[in-house]
Amino acid sequence: MVDITAKLGRLKLDNPTVLASGILGVTKASLKYVASNGAGAVTMKSVTVEPRAGHHAPIILTYEGGMLNSVGYSNQGIKEAKKEFISLKDVGAPVIASITAGSKKDFAFLAEQVNEMGFAAVEAVISCPHTPGFGTMAGQGTPDSTREITAAVRDKTKLPLFVKLSPSVQGIGEVAKAAEDAGADAITAINTGGPGMIIDVKTGKPILGGTVGGLSGDALRPIAVRCVYDIYKSVRIPIIGTGGVMTGEHAAQMILAGASAVGIGTAVYYRGADVFRKVCDELQGVMKEAGYKNIYGMRGMAHEE
Amino acid sequence: MKSELPITLPVEKVIDEAEGVKSLIFRHKLDAKPGQFLMVWIPRVDLKPFGVSYLEEGSFGITVCKVGPTSEKLCRAKKGDLLGIMGPYGKPFTLEGRRIILVAGGYGAAPLFPLAEEAKKKGITTTFIIGAKSESYLIYRERAKKAGINTIITTDDGSCGRKCFTTDALEDALKAGGIDKVYSCGPEIMLKKVAELCRRHQVKCEVSMHRYMKCGFGVCGSCSVDDQGFPLCKKVVLTGEEALRIKEFGQHSRDASGTKQPFAR
Repeated sequence: MVDITAKLGRLKLDNPTVLASGILGVTKASLKYVASNGAGAVTMKSVTVEPRAGHHAPIILTYEGGMLNSVGYSNQGIKEAKKEFISLKDVGAPVIASITAGSKKDFAFLAEQVNEMGFAAVEAVISCPHTPGFGTMAGQGTPDSTREITAAVRDKTKLPLFVKLSPSVQGIGEVAKAAEDAGADAITAINTGGPGMIIDVKTGKPILGGTVGGLSGDALRPIAVRCVYDIYKSVRIPIIGTGGVMTGEHAAQMILAGASAVGIGTAVYYRGADVFRKVCDELQGVMKEAGYKNIYGMRGMAHEE
Repeated sequence: MKSELPITLPVEKVIDEAEGVKSLIFRHKLDAKPGQFLMVWIPRVDLKPFGVSYLEEGSFGITVCKVGPTSEKLCRAKKGDLLGIMGPYGKPFTLEGRRIILVAGGYGAAPLFPLAEEAKKKGITTTFIIGAKSESYLIYRERAKKAGINTIITTDDGSCGRKCFTTDALEDALKAGGIDKVYSCGPEIMLKKVAELCRRHQVKCEVSMHRYMKCGFGVCGSCSVDDQGFPLCKKVVLTGEEALRIKEFGQHSRDASGTKQPFAR
């Protein structure tokens, strides 16, 4: 029997699949729905200080190589979120708070707000590629900015702290190390890439409401696997390997590269909300065939000579 | 590999339906069934869901009611304007039984009309109850007449047809008996009443629901319903019993930010 329980620091998961922030997860009921479809943990859609309607639609497109999204951080804002995300034990899986802001002051404020809500961990997202005032468009994700924001959040919370990184940097290992040094307990790697653009040739106009969108899915996966591989060499804290994971085989690639858990988002589109259960079943098959008894024994094996 | 990108099509024809309500017709072979919806893209403006309201061989149409800035722009569309179409999405109605009733509140008649046409084609005895607040807001009266569909018109102010709610007309029909199934679309308070009436009279029903939708294919989470949390866009058409199990049914929907918005009573 293959053991697929996973550990992210002190956070124990029944299986390594984690709903990535931004796909479903707008409401507590939505998180519960994903948990009932087999996710080992679920991440809420990122919350900001103020409510946001997000970009105009289309916010999600898919093409031959994957998905582009320009959701633009639509969310109820922290005040309403504190009423929405209550009694989180009902969700049926550990719930990760996702916070994002344009400044370290707002990050610290949000960290303080989500502290007593029953979340299992808090994820600071410093890597959105398509929302003005946030993430890479606000200059976040450099080693210095990463260190500052991580330290500011660390100062306000005792919850396990995850930091979600962008692939669009030189030397992602260095950025991950900055987060680790500033007190992060895990790295979520990676956010969407790009940004990219798709133009409708008949009207001559970009299709996404936000003009550009973060790239995910098949096109992103090899980059995500490489990022996890690089980060594993640079830090000792666990990694949530996220980016284009659709199957158990993809999850296995992430774990071999160094991930302790795997984030899943875009695959909900390709394989349905029960993709979590499917990935777990397939992963067990892959592990059995390759002779791995558990995730710990498999983690980072791609680095072995 | 499946993909979700709009197909850009020119508007073929614009039909004036009622005050602030227009239909846009496109020449395109759409692989849709009655009850399904499309996401319609106005370049550089927005993308919004619309039920397929005209469904013929080689052409289809949507019916737009002016409710906000996007629908207002759509209502100004002229022949030849380019719009993008994504979909069809959602589950279609399941047409069954020998005698059925369709209950439409306002422009909720849109997705029901192709169903009425299909029912007629199959020889199912169909009554189409179309209600509005007053005569000027009624849609599809002429269209139904031309198609030979039996209608009951109701208005809140009695300016046309019976002065009552659609649900009053439905209740009378249910009391008379012999109805196999009821299909409904319109304001959610009305849908809930329809579902409850059908439950009381032990008649099967299907309702077409709406929520704020941004993607249309179950990924963004905007339309997840309380308490079950599934994205409504993957279904849209639900059985009355399924709808009544949704805690927020008739209570609230959510806006673009996900904030709860109670339905006006």
